[in-house]
Amino acid sequence: MSIIPNWLYRLSSPKNFYRFAGTASNWCGWIALFLFVIGLYYGLINSPPDYQQGDTTRIMYVHVPAAWMSMFVYMVMAISAAVGMIWRIKASTAFANASAPIGAMFTALALATGMLWGKPMWGTYWVWDARLTSELILLFLYLGYMALQSAIDDRETAARATAILALVGMVNIPIIHYSVEWWNTLHQGATVTKLDKPSIHISMLIPLLIMAVAFKFYYLSNVFRRARCEMLEREQDKLWVRELLGENGSE
Amino acid sequence: MRPKQRNRLVLAIVIVMFVAISAALALTALEENINLFYSPTMIANGEAPQGRLFRAGGMVSEGSVQRDPESLEVSFRLNDEANEILVKYTGILPDLFREGQGIVVQGKLGPDGSVMATEVLAKHDENYMPPEVEHALKTAKEAAAANAEKE
Repeated sequence: MSIIPNWLYRLSSPKNFYRFAGTASNWCGWIALFLFVIGLYYGLINSPPDYQQGDTTRIMYVHVPAAWMSMFVYMVMAISAAVGMIWRIKASTAFANASAPIGAMFTALALATGMLWGKPMWGTYWVWDARLTSELILLFLYLGYMALQSAIDDRETAARATAILALVGMVNIPIIHYSVEWWNTLHQGATVTKLDKPSIHISMLIPLLIMAVAFKFYYLSNVFRRARCEMLEREQDKLWVRELLGENGSE
Repeated sequence: MRPKQRNRLVLAIVIVMFVAISAALALTALEENINLFYSPTMIANGEAPQGRLFRAGGMVSEGSVQRDPESLEVSFRLNDEANEILVKYTGILPDLFREGQGIVVQGKLGPDGSVMATEVLAKHDENYMPPEVEHALKTAKEAAAANAEKE
């Protein structure tokens, strides 16, 4: 009796994972490109300005998906790092390691676009309110994960240490999300991700959601590509890698 | 599941639970300090610190904004529907500053109980809509109010 289904076990064997990740990365990349073109056109050109903020509101179409992804990627990273540690699945750990720099990039993007948005609207680039501070901590968690992972040479030890760090940091995710409800913050409350009806007009919600899906596919495309590289590096002495290299005639 | 795997799974669950509980306790203990600003009610109750910088937040009361025509001095009242405080400020206000808007000011409590602000930040709400929709909503609201008055 196993928690992890059989097909996933088979997929997680290095050779199968390498094949699958290559195909998945290409497909996700094209879908992301397609959605980015549509989403950016709708968001930047074809959607109405906001009644209060005018055209400045358009930075939302990058800021909000980036902020959502910064939390989503962290959850994926923490869970796959934990699965990799518990069941000793290399592909899962590789997936987590590959997620960290992408998640860090999304977090930095959310912070940077937020600052650019904050200056004209709030009148300041930065305040130490609960939302902004917890998002900054998230960036440090990603950087800490990457530093820890590269500081330990032994892969098993590194996998265990980074998984624990990722799990500990998971507590920050609900804090980021609920910070605007629990405390007085300069950042406004949730617009879309709440149980109530989204308080955004449909003509702005649609491009926002298209961009959110585009970011997801962009992440998948990147994470598979990175995980694939790490797999190749880990398995460089194995037969299947040598066969692969022989096949392609690169040696 | 092999015993070793089970041990590691238990370890992972214990870590997450332990950290979640300690974070919850720490945040509950720190609750008031994480708030970015004091509300007018909190200031009226004397919770705001005397003689040092703090932030106050609330809605700008309708009809309370008074500008000095000779300088950048401006005064307005902040309310949270229960209490009101007077704020005095010299400087340029952010784009979103207007009556009925939520804002946050940083400053010191003056001797007369008003806030001498050194910085004014505007909060914006979580509502996004095109100007036409806002206009339509406003007209509908006014029409409804006019109807209610007639009856």
